[in-house]
Amino acid sequence: MSEKEKEPLFSKKNKKLITDPLSENNPVTVQVLGICSALAITVSIEQAVVMASSVLFVVATGNVVISLMRNLIPDRIRIIVQLVAAASLVIIVNEVLKAFLPDMAEKLSVFVGLIITNCILMGRYEAFAMANKPWPSFLDGIGNSLGYGWILVVVAFFREIFGAGKLAGFQLFGNSIADKANGIELTGLYKYGYLNNNFIILAPFALFCVAIIIWIQRSVNKNLIEN
Amino acid sequence: MVDYINIALKGIFSENMIFAYFLGMCSYLAVSKTVKTATGLGAAVIFVLGVTVPVNWLLENYVLKEGALAWLSDDFAQVDLSFLSFIMFIAVVAAIVQLVEMLVEKSAPALYGALGIFLPLIAVNCSILGGALFMQERQYSTIGEATVFAVSSGIGWFIAIVALAAIRERIKYSHVPAPLKGLGITFIITGLMGIAFMSFSGIL
Repeated sequence: MSEKEKEPLFSKKNKKLITDPLSENNPVTVQVLGICSALAITVSIEQAVVMASSVLFVVATGNVVISLMRNLIPDRIRIIVQLVAAASLVIIVNEVLKAFLPDMAEKLSVFVGLIITNCILMGRYEAFAMANKPWPSFLDGIGNSLGYGWILVVVAFFREIFGAGKLAGFQLFGNSIADKANGIELTGLYKYGYLNNNFIILAPFALFCVAIIIWIQRSVNKNLIEN
Repeated sequence: MVDYINIALKGIFSENMIFAYFLGMCSYLAVSKTVKTATGLGAAVIFVLGVTVPVNWLLENYVLKEGALAWLSDDFAQVDLSFLSFIMFIAVVAAIVQLVEMLVEKSAPALYGALGIFLPLIAVNCSILGGALFMQERQYSTIGEATVFAVSSGIGWFIAIVALAAIRERIKYSHVPAPLKGLGITFIITGLMGIAFMSFSGIL
């Protein structure tokens, strides 16, 4: 091992750890990990951002913790150790959300707990943190959760605009039919008969949305096409 | 009795784990290439859900919930351990999966041959933990209801994965645009199946 000359913190190899998962090795569209939450909570951008940052925290910190313990963990029970580490971190996230963003915690409901079984977590802990030093593991965790996060935000962007006529909670096209029920006048586009597409809020559209992202990505990058 | 039937139909159709909540998508997409393996995984999910959710129900109602420890002594009547539920549920799931694997291997080698490789996979399948968390959120009042919910959710998952595998076996012979091949088209099929399953929601 000639690790004597110290590797710079952001060497080429380390940079690749962050940039790779953003496109070529994206956890959602290429590795097919963490789909459950990617689809279920992408109804609004706010939810997507909160979810993505929760995952970022759990994956990055978890990667460091597992990486520090990698020589201590007995091989046979490593899955349980990883699950316990993940579960403890998710409990922290859940308590923080409940305390500071109670509305958001309500909306995300069981999906905060389900971060524990988000495959990205186990995938990164098992495939990367168990075999690498803390700093590269930390970067790998950040890279992968950013790769996961941008898919979430893109899907949520389209679903929120066309499904609810809003962007990050701000009404884009004026007051809709839903407001009219509360006695507020229709304004903006809605006055001319524009309607929100309720179908887009429903579950199946998220699948189509991810499929379209995959389609675009694979048309650009031919290496990813499956036989 | 009507309650049970209601919960069962909801679990299988209108609140299907896959099509309404996307739980267990990872293994759903990865293991649905042939009907045979899909059947194996589906059966394993029914089985594990049917075992773990009732156990977690007991845990929730006699240990974790606020005031659940009152049976121990009056001093504990105020204790609320629900913040521990994630870690307890996942520990129960992981332990039971391990236990079931050993039991099945000893007592029913034929079943083990069929389910064997899928059991360890299932510990990290979101649908199992999701089952436990939904049970907690919906507060089923008896263990019977929790069990019916668990088994019917499992059956719903089974139907979904077997149907998808059957379609994927056929779609190999169609001309799918190259970038959509494999994963992309599977997403679209799942979405279309989801729309079909949504029609059940009007019934219940």
